[in-house]
Amino acid sequence: MTASPLEKVLIIIATIGILVAPLMVAPFTVTLLNYIGIGALVALGLVLLTGFAGLTSFGQAALMGIGAYATAWFTTEIGGSPWLGLLLALGLTGIVAAILGAVTLRLGGHFLPLSTIAWGIAIYFLFGNIPGLGHHDGIKDIPPLTLAGVSLASNSAIYYLIWTGLGASMWLIANLLDSREGRAVRSLRGGAAMIASLGVNLFRIRLIIFVLAAILAGLAGWLYAHMNRYVSPSPFDVRPSIEYLLMAMVGGPTSIYGAVAGAAIVTLLKNFFQGFLPLLSKDAAQLEIVAFSILLILILQHARGGLMSAFRRLMPQRPVPSPPLGTPHLRRREQPKPGTQVLSVAGATKRFDGLTAVNDVSFDVRAGEIVALIGPNGAGKSTMFNLITGVLPPSAGKFTFLGHDITNWPQPKIAAAGIARTFQHVKLRANMTLLDNVLLGTYARTRAGFTRGALRLDRAEEAQAIFEALRQLERFGLGERAHDFAGSLPLGNQRMLEVARALSADPLLIVLDEPAAGLRRAEKDALAQHLRMLKSEGVTILIVEHDMEFVMGLVDRIVVMDFGAKLMEGLPNEVRASPVVQEAYLGGVA
Amino acid sequence: MDAQIALILLTDGIANGAIYLLIALGTVLIFSVTRVIFVPFGDIAALTALTVAALQIGRLPGIVWLVLVLVVIAVAMELLLVLRQGQLRRIPMTIMYYAVLPMLPAAAAAALSSGGLKLPLLGQMLLALLLVLPVAPLLNRIVFQPMANASVLVLLIVAVALHFAISGLALLFFGPEGFRNEPLSEASFTIAGTTVSAQVLLMVGAAIVLSGMLFLYFEGTPTGKALRATAVNRTGARLVGIRPSRTGAVAFVLASLLGGISGLLIGPVTTVYYDSGFLIGLKAFVAAIVGGLGSYPLTAVGAIGVGVLESFASFWSSSLKESIVFGALIPVLLWRSLISPAHEEEEEDIE
Repeated sequence: MTASPLEKVLIIIATIGILVAPLMVAPFTVTLLNYIGIGALVALGLVLLTGFAGLTSFGQAALMGIGAYATAWFTTEIGGSPWLGLLLALGLTGIVAAILGAVTLRLGGHFLPLSTIAWGIAIYFLFGNIPGLGHHDGIKDIPPLTLAGVSLASNSAIYYLIWTGLGASMWLIANLLDSREGRAVRSLRGGAAMIASLGVNLFRIRLIIFVLAAILAGLAGWLYAHMNRYVSPSPFDVRPSIEYLLMAMVGGPTSIYGAVAGAAIVTLLKNFFQGFLPLLSKDAAQLEIVAFSILLILILQHARGGLMSAFRRLMPQRPVPSPPLGTPHLRRREQPKPGTQVLSVAGATKRFDGLTAVNDVSFDVRAGEIVALIGPNGAGKSTMFNLITGVLPPSAGKFTFLGHDITNWPQPKIAAAGIARTFQHVKLRANMTLLDNVLLGTYARTRAGFTRGALRLDRAEEAQAIFEALRQLERFGLGERAHDFAGSLPLGNQRMLEVARALSADPLLIVLDEPAAGLRRAEKDALAQHLRMLKSEGVTILIVEHDMEFVMGLVDRIVVMDFGAKLMEGLPNEVRASPVVQEAYLGGVA
Repeated sequence: MDAQIALILLTDGIANGAIYLLIALGTVLIFSVTRVIFVPFGDIAALTALTVAALQIGRLPGIVWLVLVLVVIAVAMELLLVLRQGQLRRIPMTIMYYAVLPMLPAAAAAALSSGGLKLPLLGQMLLALLLVLPVAPLLNRIVFQPMANASVLVLLIVAVALHFAISGLALLFFGPEGFRNEPLSEASFTIAGTTVSAQVLLMVGAAIVLSGMLFLYFEGTPTGKALRATAVNRTGARLVGIRPSRTGAVAFVLASLLGGISGLLIGPVTTVYYDSGFLIGLKAFVAAIVGGLGSYPLTAVGAIGVGVLESFASFWSSSLKESIVFGALIPVLLWRSLISPAHEEEEEDIE
C-alpha cells in the first residue's frame, strides 16, 4: 500500500488545497467542509469495517452520539475541560463497541449489523430519556475548544482541527493496512478457513477493527459537539447512520480516500436537496432519505466498488519495494533432528452423528520424511486432515506434535506451533498481490501489533518479512510477478503460491491437501521436484492425496485409508503390490 | 405491582408477542429461502393498518399509488428481459402476473372510492390485505432478484435502505397522521379473574392458527417442501429442478400475507403512523435472532418473550421501554454465541 509518486503528488496538492481553502471560500462553504470532514471520519471507520473486514454497522451515528454526548455532558454539567472530554468520548465509544462486538462477532457475519440497528435505536432513545442529558431538547452551551490559548470557536478555526484529525486518522489507517495486522485485516473477506490456518485469531482482529471504527465515530462526535456547541438526539438515529454508509459506498469501500470523496458527494447532495426538494413537497426531509436510499441500492446493485475503484484503474501500478541489501533473515526455528517423531496420531476417531468418518487410525510422521496419506474417495482422508490441523475436533484419539498434546488446540494455536497447510481448493486472496499472499504466511512468526503498524514502528521487521516472502517466491520462480494479483495466476502456479505461503511460516511440518488435484502433467512434475528439494532441506511433509501415481515416486512411506479405517502402512512398493489396496481402489474381483 | 396488574401485563405482552411472532416467522422464512433479511416487514404491517384506516374513512388508500409505481418499474424490467431474450409470446403472461394481478385490488378500491361505496369492516380488511400483498413480492422482483448472488451483508444493507425508501414514500402517500382502526368485535371475556378482550384472543388465535398452517404447508405440500429444500441448500435445490427465484417469490408472498394479517390485528390496539413499522419489525427481529434466524420454535419463544418484556418494561418506565427491549438483545446474543459459536460463513464478499 505504499504510495506511488503520482499518489504523493496528489496528496501534496490536496493538502495545500485543504490548507488554503478557508481563506478562499465563503463562510458557509467552510461550514460545509467541516461537515464533510466529520462525515469522512465516520465513513473512514465504515471503510475499514465494511470494505476491508467484511462487516458493517448501522449504529455508527449512535456511536458518534455517545462521543458527542459524553463531552457535552462532561463540559457542561461537570465543567471539565473539552480535552478531557475527548478522552471520555473516545474511551466510552470504544468500551460500548467492545461489549457489542464481544457478544456478536463470534456469530455469523449478519448478527453484528442487525444488532447495531437495535442498539442504535436503544442508544438513541437513551439520549432522549436519561435525566441529565436534556431529554429531547438536548444539551446547549457546550464550550468551544481552545488550543494553546487560541480559541477554536469560529468555523474556520475548528476547520483546521477537523481536517488535521481526519488527515492523521487517514495516515494511521493507511500505515496500519500496510502492516502485518493490516494484511490480516485485508484478507478477512473471502472465507475464514485460510486466515485461521495462518495463525490469525479472526475474532480478535474483527473486534479491534470494530472498536477502531467506533473510536473514529467517537472522535467525529466530539468534534461535532464542540463545533455545533449543541447536541440533540436526532443526528444520532439510524437514518443518519445510513447516510454514513452511503458515504463509504459512494466513495468506494476499499479505499481510505473513498471515505473523503463519499463524504463530500453525500454532503453536497444533501445541501443541494435541501435547497431544491422543498420546492417539490413539504416533506423534503423524507424525499431526501428516499433519494439517498435509492441511490445506495443502485450503487450496491451496479457499482459496488464505488468511485475510487473507477479512479484506481487510472492510477499507475505501485512501485516495487525491494528490501535493502543485508536485511537480516527472520528468525528461523530449528528443524528437529532427522528421525525424531514429529507428528503422532493415536486412535483418531471422528463421528458425525451416525457416520464414523475416521475410525481408530494411528500413524507417525518422523522428521525429514515425506509421508503420504492415500485412499479412494470417501476414505476419510479429508476428515483426517481436518483433525490434524484443528479444523474439526476429534471424537476420540490423541494427536501429539513434537511432544505437545495438540488434541484440542484451536486452529491458530496449531498453526503457530509450526504446522502449515495448503488447501485442496486453492485458497488465496485473488485481489491481493503474490507478495501480500505470501507475506500472510509470516503472520505467526512476526510480532508487530496494531499500534506499531499504525505508527510505522514495524519497518525493520516488515523488511525482514518481505525479504523472506520474496525468497520463497523466487524459489518457485514467481519472484518476477511478486506485484501481480494472485488471481491472475494459472492453477499450477496458484498451488505453488500456496506452498510458498506455507513455507514462509517456517513450518516444522507442512501438510498438503491433494496438491496434485487439477494439475497438468508438467505442473505435477514441477511440484514433485519442489517437494523433493524441500525434503533435502530437512522439511517434514505429510501429503494427503488421491493420485497414486503422483505419490509413488515421491514419498518415503504411505498410509492407506479405506472406509475411515487404516488399511495398511508401508513403503511405496509394498503398497503398490498389496492386493488389499488394489481391491480398495479397483473394487474386489468377485 | 400486584398479581392482578402482572396478569394484565402478561396478557398484553402475549398479545403483542403474537404479532411479533407472525412478522418474525415471515422474516425467518424469507431469510432461509432467499438469504435476504427483509427489514421492511414491519412496514408491510403498518401499511396494511393504514390502508384499512383509509378505507374506513372512505378515502382512496395511498397504497394504490405505491403499487402503481412498483408495477410500472417491475413490468418495465420484465418486458426488457423478455424482449432481450426474444420470447415475445411470454408478454401476455408477464403483463398478467406483474400488472393485472397486482392492480386488480387497486382497481376495486378505486371503483369503490369513486362510487362513494363502503365495504363492511371484514370486507375492508380483506381488501386492504390484497392491496398490500403485492408490495413485498414486487420489491423482491425489482430490488433483490437482480442481485440474488450478492452476499448476505450486501442484501442486508439494501434491505435497510429499502425500509427508509418505503417509509419515506409512505409519508408522501399516507400523510403524517396516525390512525387507530375499529376492532372487529368490542366484546370482552373474563378469564381467570382478568378481563380479556376479543381482540387479544383474535391476535393470539391468529398466531397459533397461522403458525400451524405454515407448519402443515412445509410438511405436507410440494411447494412447501421446495421452500424447505431451497433453505437447506440452494445449489442442491436447483439440481433437483427447483428454481430459487420462484421459491423466493413464493416465500415473499407468504411472508407478506403474514405481515399483512399482523397489520390488520394491530390496527385496532395501537395508533399506527407511516413509520411505525420499523420498530415493530425490529422487535420481530429480536425474536428471530433468539431463534438464530433459523429455528421456528425458538423464534416463537423469542416473540412471546419480547412481547412480555415490552409490556412489563412500559409499566416500569414507559420512556425507557424501547431501550430496555433492544438492550435485551445483548444477553440474547451472548447466549447464542455461547451455544452455537463460530459457524463461519464462507466466501462473504462485498465487491
